[in-house]
Amino acid sequence: MEGYILTQIVAIELAKKQKEISVAEFFERNKHILGFGNQTRALITSVKEGVDNSLDACEEANILPDIYVEIKNHEDGECKVIVEDNGPGIVKNQIPHVFGRLLYGSRFHSIRQSRGQQGIGISAVVLYGQLTTGKHAKIISKIAEDRPAVVTELVIDTNKNRAEVIGGDTVHWEKPSGTRVEVSIIADYKRGKRFVYEYLQSTSIVNPHAKITYKELDGTEYIFERTSDIPPRKSVEIKPHPYGVELGTLIKLAKETKARQLNSFLKTEFSSMGDRTTNAAIEMAGLEKTLNPKNMTRDQFLTLHKAFKNIKIMAPSTDCLSPIGETLVKRSLKNETKEISPEFIFTASRPPSVYTGNPFQVEVGLVYGGNLPKEDSVKILRFANRVPLLYQQGGCIITSAISSIDWRRYGLNQPSGKGIPTGPAILFTHVSSTLIPFTSESKEAIADIPEIENEIKLAFRECARKVQHHINKKVKREKTREKFDLITRILPEIAKKSAHMLNKPVPSLDPIITKIMDIVWIEDLIEYEKVNRTPVQTTLTDKPSAEQKGGIITKSKIMIVNYKRSPQKFNLYAVIPQDAVVGEVNPKPSKITNNYIKWNLDAISSANKVDIIFELAGLEKGDFDENDLYVENINPTYVIGADKWEGD
Amino acid sequence: MSRDYSNVISKIDAVAEKIYDDFKNSEIPSLKLPTRTKSNIRFDDKLEVWKYGKSTTERDAKSLAGAYMLLRTMYMADFIKEMIKINKSSTLREMYYISEGWNLAKFHSQQESNLLAEDLEVITSCMREDFKLRPEEDGARVIGNVTIEEMTRNNTKKKIHCQDDVGDAGYSIPYNVETEKITFKGIDADLIIAIETGGMFDRLVENGFDTSHRAILVHLKGQPARSTRRFIKRLNGASNLPVLVFTDCDPWSYRIFASVAYGAIKTAHISEYLATPASQYLGVTPSDIENYDLPTDTLTTEDINALKAELTDPRFQDSFWKGEIKLQLKMGKKSEQQALAKYGLDYVTDTYLPEKLVEMGITKK
Repeated sequence: MEGYILTQIVAIELAKKQKEISVAEFFERNKHILGFGNQTRALITSVKEGVDNSLDACEEANILPDIYVEIKNHEDGECKVIVEDNGPGIVKNQIPHVFGRLLYGSRFHSIRQSRGQQGIGISAVVLYGQLTTGKHAKIISKIAEDRPAVVTELVIDTNKNRAEVIGGDTVHWEKPSGTRVEVSIIADYKRGKRFVYEYLQSTSIVNPHAKITYKELDGTEYIFERTSDIPPRKSVEIKPHPYGVELGTLIKLAKETKARQLNSFLKTEFSSMGDRTTNAAIEMAGLEKTLNPKNMTRDQFLTLHKAFKNIKIMAPSTDCLSPIGETLVKRSLKNETKEISPEFIFTASRPPSVYTGNPFQVEVGLVYGGNLPKEDSVKILRFANRVPLLYQQGGCIITSAISSIDWRRYGLNQPSGKGIPTGPAILFTHVSSTLIPFTSESKEAIADIPEIENEIKLAFRECARKVQHHINKKVKREKTREKFDLITRILPEIAKKSAHMLNKPVPSLDPIITKIMDIVWIEDLIEYEKVNRTPVQTTLTDKPSAEQKGGIITKSKIMIVNYKRSPQKFNLYAVIPQDAVVGEVNPKPSKITNNYIKWNLDAISSANKVDIIFELAGLEKGDFDENDLYVENINPTYVIGADKWEGD
Repeated sequence: MSRDYSNVISKIDAVAEKIYDDFKNSEIPSLKLPTRTKSNIRFDDKLEVWKYGKSTTERDAKSLAGAYMLLRTMYMADFIKEMIKINKSSTLREMYYISEGWNLAKFHSQQESNLLAEDLEVITSCMREDFKLRPEEDGARVIGNVTIEEMTRNNTKKKIHCQDDVGDAGYSIPYNVETEKITFKGIDADLIIAIETGGMFDRLVENGFDTSHRAILVHLKGQPARSTRRFIKRLNGASNLPVLVFTDCDPWSYRIFASVAYGAIKTAHISEYLATPASQYLGVTPSDIENYDLPTDTLTTEDINALKAELTDPRFQDSFWKGEIKLQLKMGKKSEQQALAKYGLDYVTDTYLPEKLVEMGITKK
């Protein structure tokens, strides 16, 4: 009896202490995982959350982002971070929710590719600023051309997790629409400014449709130019896939569904569930089709959840993803590495894939040579859903995937063929997914998911193959150039000198030239021309006529010289980028597809030359700087400048 | 000094003809010559020296390097013909500079032009002297009881006694040591010692070793020039005296000995003119380092690689060399001739050399 009373007293005492933890306390305890662990990171995280918000907002509204970032008033370790965009703006009464409540956001429950997922972002910055400087956040937003801009100053009531609006006003703003956020924070500007620059540069690489301006404290302004005028494909919202759904989510969905029967519940609330798959799942779980999902027991949910894993379900549709695209990755990398003047840039893009029901896609790029340091480790640029990952490189699946590839074959140093290679290279990786499996809330590293690791490896191998192909081609060409040198300069001299010594006429060289060369030489030249006309569409392709009025025309000239002693007849393929539109082609090709142009060439007699030209539209200058040429019906070892055609 | 060069000219023309005919016959121009590497030297039992074996290398115009070689060969051959015609000669260095005017055939280093001159010797089986090409005067020296009659530049014969008529620096060996230039008139000695370093040569001279031990001292001056090797060969031929090679104790010195005794790899086509098969290695040997407790240096990586290369060099396959080289690799040490000064300036002449000569059976105690 005594013991019973005692425990009761303890429980009452404990209950007194068990009060709600306020968001401020939550933040204070978890600030390291939210990206405010130290004063350098606080600066970058603040910029990052602001920029992410702006990019997302512009994307929603299908506006090409023009983002302005400024850091001001650096005194006593205090900075004012300003992020301004030309997005759709935020309606007045939503502003306190967006900036003044943690875990508030429209994207939290949707399954699609987006930058932020938890909605903790920008309000965390406001809170951090408030906690460290005691100052209000200021937000200016304009939603339409004919409306004034609304100025809102707010603080977060940390007990209620609600914004408290301190003051509001309207002002005139030149922009048609947009949002400007000003937050004062305690931050280490000196150490952080370089990272802010790198973060914005990286952001610009994966958001080629955005223009970002960065003004430093001393007034220095950097502009990261837009390299594409096409906003990224809008990602589509999809329903959860049974493979990826958690038990709790399954129960929650069942409680909320409008469906009255289990089979219609599965069909309407999940992706990839057709009649056959639905029936298979229900049968596997040993349940009735007609069961009302609202009345299901926990055990029934459990068997259903288990049944999902044991049946074959089609992968979810992948149009919810919005990858950057090979051409744009290349163009962006090219633009941002201009000062390095790299020797080459190669990119590879994997088809979409799935891990536990979540679609994802991997894109990689490799920048090599130029002024990049030869003795340092390669630079690894990691991105998830168009957001640069700046920290925890060592704990990220991208890093381990790169480390497990043997790079020695591709001109990089890597003792024992494992680990991060050294050499003049930048390795770019972008993973897009409806759910990026981060290792922690700070979202700096992608977790160890075998499917993702495998895709990254495959993508880099593909990229590395292109590198090797390029190098081989270069070496082969070098060798053949030497032969040209030999034929045009040295051989005639030898002949002349021997004739001179013997007082004989100079012998003819012609028969020896083809003997020494003994190859078919293919050389290509690419030029860019700015035009105002619409490119001519050949009738052979089934693609719609090009719609561009003007722009850049990529003109390729291919020269083929037969230096073999016999006539040569073969087929030539030129691989073209998917997003290109074929213009004029001469001579007439035998086939044009989305990927290549094919010519069945007439026999070229010994020592004769054939020229081929073709035009591509829909590309930017420099997108296409090397032709990928292939040959068929000829021994590929005879050919310099093209490889064996392996089929479509 | 007029000499008939028609044989040389026809041999040079034959090279040009080979190339010319290749063009005429629609063949890729090429020249064949023995492979000049250590894997292609064979011991010639009759001549008792190492000569090139049967393997050949073809230089053809299929590659850029081969074409350059052919072009330079043509230019060099033409230049030699021209020199013969106007009765002039040039040093190898002069030819290197003359090649400045050869456009594409220009040499990029004297090493290149020297090597090609050797190639041309090999191809035509002529000697450099036939081409009217000579090396720089290298001034290797001789002191000993031998009288040399030299044809001077004034076309007068002059007798020189290599002790009485010379200073302490000795008689300087000219680049041409053939009979038309020098002859031996009276040799009164018991042995010939060829010495690697100038310091040791001077030590033996200062200590009067040439008189006390009736020795003819020849300074090799590092890797000996052709004329020095030819001089030793002729001196040995004229006197039948034993030739003892006295060098530092390191792999590079063993190569000096090999070039004197067996023939050098680079000049294996004329080994019978240059090498003296009767030469013996006196020291310093790796065993000497142990026996005389000499001061040493640690072998460098290059030293070790050179020693290992010698283990596969056909000229070093006898038990003496194999044993000594393996011993040295085990010790990891090398030493210099002059390290003998550890025991005083007279030690080398009073103790080391006499002991070694007895040990080798050259003199009796």
